[in-house]
Amino acid sequence: MIAELGLAALWLAAALAALQLVTGFLAVKESGGEMAVLVRPAAMVQGLLCAAAFVMLLWLFVITDLSVKLVAMNSHSDKPLIFKLSGAWGNHEGSMLLWITVMALAGGLIALLERRLPERTMMATLGAQAFVGLGFYAFLLFSSNPFERLPQPAVEGLGLNPLLQDIGLAMHPPTLYFGYVGLSVAFSFAVGALLTRQVNPDFARAMRPWVLGAWIFLTLGITAGSYWAYYELGWGGWWFWDPVENASLMPWLAATALLHSASVLAARDALRVWTIMLGVVAFSMSMVGTFLVRSGILTSVHAFAVDPERGTFILALLAIYIGGALVLFALRAGSIAEGDRFSVSSREGALVVNNVMLSAILGIVLLGTLYPLLTEAFDVRVSVGPPYFNPVGAVFVFPMLIVMAVGPLLRWRQDDWQRVKRPLIATGLVTLATLVLAMMPGSIDLLPLLGLAFATGLAIASFLPLRGRALLRVPLATWGMVIAHFGIAVALFGMASESAFSQEKLAAVKVGESTRVGPWQVALAGVEPVAGPNWTAIEGRLLAMHDGGEAIELDPQARNFWAPPQETTESALATRWNGQLYAVIGNEAGQGRWQLRLWWKPFVTFIWYGGLLVALGGLLALIGRLSADLKRRAVYARAEARQRGVHA
Amino acid sequence: MRFWWWIPLALFALFLGVAAYQLTQPKDEFVPSTMVGQPLPDFDLRAAHPDRPGLTTADFRDGRPRLLNIWASWCLPCIAEAPHLETLRREGVDIVGIAIRDRPEDVARFLATHGNPYSRIGADDLSEVQLGIGSSGVPETFVIDGQGIIRHQHIGDVRAEHVAVLLEKLQEAAE
Repeated sequence: MIAELGLAALWLAAALAALQLVTGFLAVKESGGEMAVLVRPAAMVQGLLCAAAFVMLLWLFVITDLSVKLVAMNSHSDKPLIFKLSGAWGNHEGSMLLWITVMALAGGLIALLERRLPERTMMATLGAQAFVGLGFYAFLLFSSNPFERLPQPAVEGLGLNPLLQDIGLAMHPPTLYFGYVGLSVAFSFAVGALLTRQVNPDFARAMRPWVLGAWIFLTLGITAGSYWAYYELGWGGWWFWDPVENASLMPWLAATALLHSASVLAARDALRVWTIMLGVVAFSMSMVGTFLVRSGILTSVHAFAVDPERGTFILALLAIYIGGALVLFALRAGSIAEGDRFSVSSREGALVVNNVMLSAILGIVLLGTLYPLLTEAFDVRVSVGPPYFNPVGAVFVFPMLIVMAVGPLLRWRQDDWQRVKRPLIATGLVTLATLVLAMMPGSIDLLPLLGLAFATGLAIASFLPLRGRALLRVPLATWGMVIAHFGIAVALFGMASESAFSQEKLAAVKVGESTRVGPWQVALAGVEPVAGPNWTAIEGRLLAMHDGGEAIELDPQARNFWAPPQETTESALATRWNGQLYAVIGNEAGQGRWQLRLWWKPFVTFIWYGGLLVALGGLLALIGRLSADLKRRAVYARAEARQRGVHA
Repeated sequence: MRFWWWIPLALFALFLGVAAYQLTQPKDEFVPSTMVGQPLPDFDLRAAHPDRPGLTTADFRDGRPRLLNIWASWCLPCIAEAPHLETLRREGVDIVGIAIRDRPEDVARFLATHGNPYSRIGADDLSEVQLGIGSSGVPETFVIDGQGIIRHQHIGDVRAEHVAVLLEKLQEAAE
């Protein structure tokens, strides 16, 4: 019964989306005015129905209803409750339902809360949102029904795979989905504004919180994904320029650019067409990323369940959404005035440069990711990796870092370089001094060298906008910017330090012997076989001492899984404030010696601390913007009430 | 000026075209080695099993073509291909093996259970030789000619229908 209710709710939601689409677009034409009253309620009820369907699915997983195919395939009555719940979205059908639910709830929220936009643009936006939603409803209802029953209830579920019982794995996809859905809202705003040609600061203010929210989730998703790859893959690297990683990086780059150009539009009514374009591009990147990952069209180190049919479907959706939006863009962009002019030496000028740099980096990553796809069409297999991405990306990253340091100090519209000369020269000198200092050992490569210097400079520069201000009165959004920029400096420092100062030691040691890596003395205290539910492993017991301090125990494992047969390394980490010791054990090397691979990675953790700081900055900015909006709304309401009082 | 607004759409159409074309192509998961036609890299592997000598590059330069089988005791498809390797051995083919990331006792147990078609077995503990040859998984089987040059690569387990193909490739390598 629950499953049928869920399916019914989903069908009703889809029907409401169709209603929302038709009435929304009719309302854009003046003549469809009387239908317009239906659009907002349709969006809100659709959100509620989807939420209800998703709760039904969660409930089916909680009670382990084995007559439902999805539950039987992906759950088990003995699973801990938290993994029963996460099992609901840890599969294709459930994750699609989660996606559409978040999207419908977002549509409902816009309908409920957004009052700044002109009504016609609002209707067009909700119509576009319904249009995007309908594609996913079709996919879910016609080919991926999560509520499908089995002809005979299963005796027990199949989903007790302990490998998938990982809280990080359970939370990672929803995090990215929230990001992608947020960008779909920005896309709907962009399409809505294109339809009515009403691109103005109110449009940017309405869109901005959604972009910010999406951007926070994407930042968290990328940071967590990078740390996962670092400790799980056992190669000691934290970014591999793998298609799956790039698929999450590209929407982030586009969203970052969009965030900044929306700020220019909101504050100065400039960059109208550019902001619209980025709104379309940001969502395109999340769809392209999803397509590349799910269709299996590119070979990736991350194993993913792939299905060509799903790939075809996502590609068709891509063609309709993005193709449609780009046609609309080509037809309308010329008739949207470019907005206010500004001088190069102004806040807007700096933001434009930042946007160009971010777009260039996005282009580089996109090209590198798609290049193998292109050459494979001519039967040439290539793999594009760090030798391309790092130096080519750096050409644009370092100029962008300079703009990041300078831009926030400039005033809007027009500024005089003389005003900001002194702090900037001081920061430049510190950067130069760091560079010279880092060059002393003479063994550090160019990119890490520049990274160390620029990270130091940016870390100082990011706080300069607070100079001479009463800190308690600085708006939350400005604090957000300061902290996010500082977070970039921290992450950059971690990356540069990891690459410049990492020490690696590959040794074959007997039990009782020890070896050194960096400031660490590591002794192999024992090696034991251990067994898990579907694997056996060799576990090393290492005692690591940092500069003769207290010994820390590390237990790295080399695991052999038997179904499917697969060898994995479980690395062990010792974290200090100034870096991490990373240990991997290999096989026996003969004569009772064991292969140990050890890395000392100074300040490597700063990469992820930096990522968290960036997300925190985004959160502060979001809270700041939302509370300012609420305040403004309250002021307007009071003014209106007063006016009415005067007239009465 | 109008023309510029269509560029994003044109780029997107290009991507769409390539992606759609690639989707219709059968997906080939195998990564062919770029080392085919090249001499074997230099290596000197200790014996993986007490009954058989280890393996060095020099062993391939005796003028006789042979099969180089990359396998491991922990690999299930290797069990499936064992009888077919045995067939090849009975046909008079010299087969040498490289055991990847393996332990002597496991190797011994595997060979005792599934038969031992190898005249030499080297132990490659870190997959270094495997990667050097351009093999990306186990099992893989290479045809090496009498001068130590890689002539053919077979990816995946050797099945009954592959036996004749490998014999033919060995014949070609001998000419």
